[in-house]
Amino acid sequence: MKTFRIGGIHPEENKLSAGQRIKTITLPERVVIPLAHYSGRPSNAVVKRGDQVKVGQLIGKADGYVSANVHSSVSGKVAKVDVQLDASGYKRPAVFIDVEGDEWLETIDLTPDIERKCHFSKEEILTKIQSAGIVGLGGATFPAHVKLSPPPGKKAEVLIINAVECEPYLTCDHQLMMEKGEEILVGVTILMKVLEVKKAVIGIENNKKDAVEHLSKIAQSYPGISVEPLKVRYPQGGEKQLIDAILKRQVPSGKIPIEVGAVVMNVATTFAVYEAVQKEKPLIERVMTISGKDVKKPGNYLVRLGVYLSEVVKQTGGVPKGTGKIIGGGPMMGRSLMNLDVPMAKGSAGIVFVNEKEALRKKDKNCIRCAKCVTVCPMGLEPYLLMNQSEREMWIEMERNRVMDCIECGSCSYTCPSNRPLLDYIRYGKSTVGLRIRKRQTEKV
Amino acid sequence: MDKLIISPAPHIHGGDSIEKNMRGVIIALIPALLVGFYFFGLGALIVTLVSVISCVLFEYLIQRFLLKTEPTITDGSAVITGLLLAMNLPSNIPFWMVILGALFAIGVAKMSFGGLGNNPFNPALAGRVFLLISFPVAMTSWPVPSPLTTSYLDAQTGATALSILQGSDLDIPAITDLLIGKMGGSLGEISAIAILIGFIYLLVKKIISWHIPISILVTVALFTGILHGSNPAAFASPMFHLLTGGLLLGAVFMATDYATSPMNPRGMIIYGIGIGIITVVIREFGAYPEGVSFAILIMNAFTPLINKYVKPRRFSK
Repeated sequence: MKTFRIGGIHPEENKLSAGQRIKTITLPERVVIPLAHYSGRPSNAVVKRGDQVKVGQLIGKADGYVSANVHSSVSGKVAKVDVQLDASGYKRPAVFIDVEGDEWLETIDLTPDIERKCHFSKEEILTKIQSAGIVGLGGATFPAHVKLSPPPGKKAEVLIINAVECEPYLTCDHQLMMEKGEEILVGVTILMKVLEVKKAVIGIENNKKDAVEHLSKIAQSYPGISVEPLKVRYPQGGEKQLIDAILKRQVPSGKIPIEVGAVVMNVATTFAVYEAVQKEKPLIERVMTISGKDVKKPGNYLVRLGVYLSEVVKQTGGVPKGTGKIIGGGPMMGRSLMNLDVPMAKGSAGIVFVNEKEALRKKDKNCIRCAKCVTVCPMGLEPYLLMNQSEREMWIEMERNRVMDCIECGSCSYTCPSNRPLLDYIRYGKSTVGLRIRKRQTEKV
Repeated sequence: MDKLIISPAPHIHGGDSIEKNMRGVIIALIPALLVGFYFFGLGALIVTLVSVISCVLFEYLIQRFLLKTEPTITDGSAVITGLLLAMNLPSNIPFWMVILGALFAIGVAKMSFGGLGNNPFNPALAGRVFLLISFPVAMTSWPVPSPLTTSYLDAQTGATALSILQGSDLDIPAITDLLIGKMGGSLGEISAIAILIGFIYLLVKKIISWHIPISILVTVALFTGILHGSNPAAFASPMFHLLTGGLLLGAVFMATDYATSPMNPRGMIIYGIGIGIITVVIREFGAYPEGVSFAILIMNAFTPLINKYVKPRRFSK
């Protein structure tokens, strides 16, 4: 079975919510819809206090090309446009809406029928994806239309669908594949049309055998699309790792996947593309996993954007006793939340509760130079050395040792027998080196 | 949920620890130790106990009273240094020499550089070489194996296979004796099979990787193979070289010491080849019958250089 060629770890999978059918979270009285995403510029509000909005109505217009539209996830009255503390820990602009009923825009097709035929041209599809505000739902939330428009001179050969879901606990993509398999395949054909490629590969880790089987069966009637089961290995969901696993091609340092002829799309994003193109439905909701060892009923939930996570947790059994840490996202790359009063955003794939005992880091000790961090690094870096140089602020050496290649997967910190905070220091060094590089480039211009 | 813990990702840890790795090494040493106890009896037991206890004690005393830091003897690394030092000594060596060796190993080679992880040279080997230079006679009169003997200082001595090779006209021991360990030598180095069992355990538990031991052994086999092929009367066969002296013990347990060996596979292979070449050169052309200890210590000195210039295989080069 295929997998990527350098490094990697196999953390306890803990897919506690696997196989749980997607349930819908009922609407609260108020939602707070973020206008900013992790990547790209925040969108600008196009509604003001007192405006009546419907589900699917544009409320934030993209600011430039690398930005994404934001739509109302509810119907009701705009209470205010203000800042809101979000999952990233920063206060950022958001639209506060008081919910009244559940009235959708008339243009949105709410029937459950699957629209298999796509009648639109490449340009029309791109416009629809862009106006629907679709961003990468795997976590990076990069605007999808940018990814789907390769720079001049570059041509995609193959589309890779990222259905790896290598983070422990998370099962939202898995369950989506089980329930919306056909829609996802239609989404893949739409993306293939946009990219003008004949071949698409859906990469799924082999701990989701049912999804591999299910999608393989459907894929038989979709020429050019194949399903590739992958050996379970973290961080296979990393774009570069996934391309290496499937195509045996390594994206050069500092370059994007198109360099080796590949475009990678997350599976949930693919589903959102289907809905946007075939159903005229903008991105206003997504599936997320609620999980953790002490959670009574781990599950997968369809949540509208802007619903406070506290509301989602209230409806799904509350915060378990003895919780020491709440993670927005998965335990390897997610963020620990300061509280649950943050809104659901496009990139929120899950909430994981960690008990106090597991949440506390152990005391770090001397580096014993066991080299295990070097062995597991999927980018072939030397985490021990980068940490050392970061502690001493040796920025030039860090750049030379390719700190900018670090994908921040956390395999080094996870593995270190001395519990050293490798990634903390590397991240600090990486952001400083990144600033220095940008400064150098502006000076050159 | 009064307080939430905020920290950057990753939020989980694999559970590996220094203690787990050290415990693994200790377990892997047991077969070779048992063979030593069997063939060299009470003497082997005394030397091992004295070595381990003094290593642990010296580390504790130095941390407690000289460095005034929290003692870390529970991590198991001092126990390993003690075991490895003992395994590199003849079983009839006076115990006060063992104590001196332990003091040098822990006090000079390990703690003066900052303790675990910071020592440039393998502490046990540094201790052994210190003793070899200071007490050459005691360090090279090897007791002959006699199962379950109770003699210690008065043990009957004889030659090792390697010293036989270098001059005396005694018969070279049979291969089967070399495999199980029925030969003269340091108390932990004699049985090839017991050391290989430990090697397999270390590999399975992922405590070490294959790169260092295998590159040493392959280099020694190739180098001695060429010599033997060119002149069988003057040079012993590769098989003989692989199974005698401290080569296996050194390749599996001493050269793979975390702190003193390179940090990535490419570097490890270069380091292993270096050890292999130096070992053979000393054995075949040097004044000493055995060269593994010196070879490892010399390559220890090159480790920082190797780490600096030999980088791991990068993603997309």
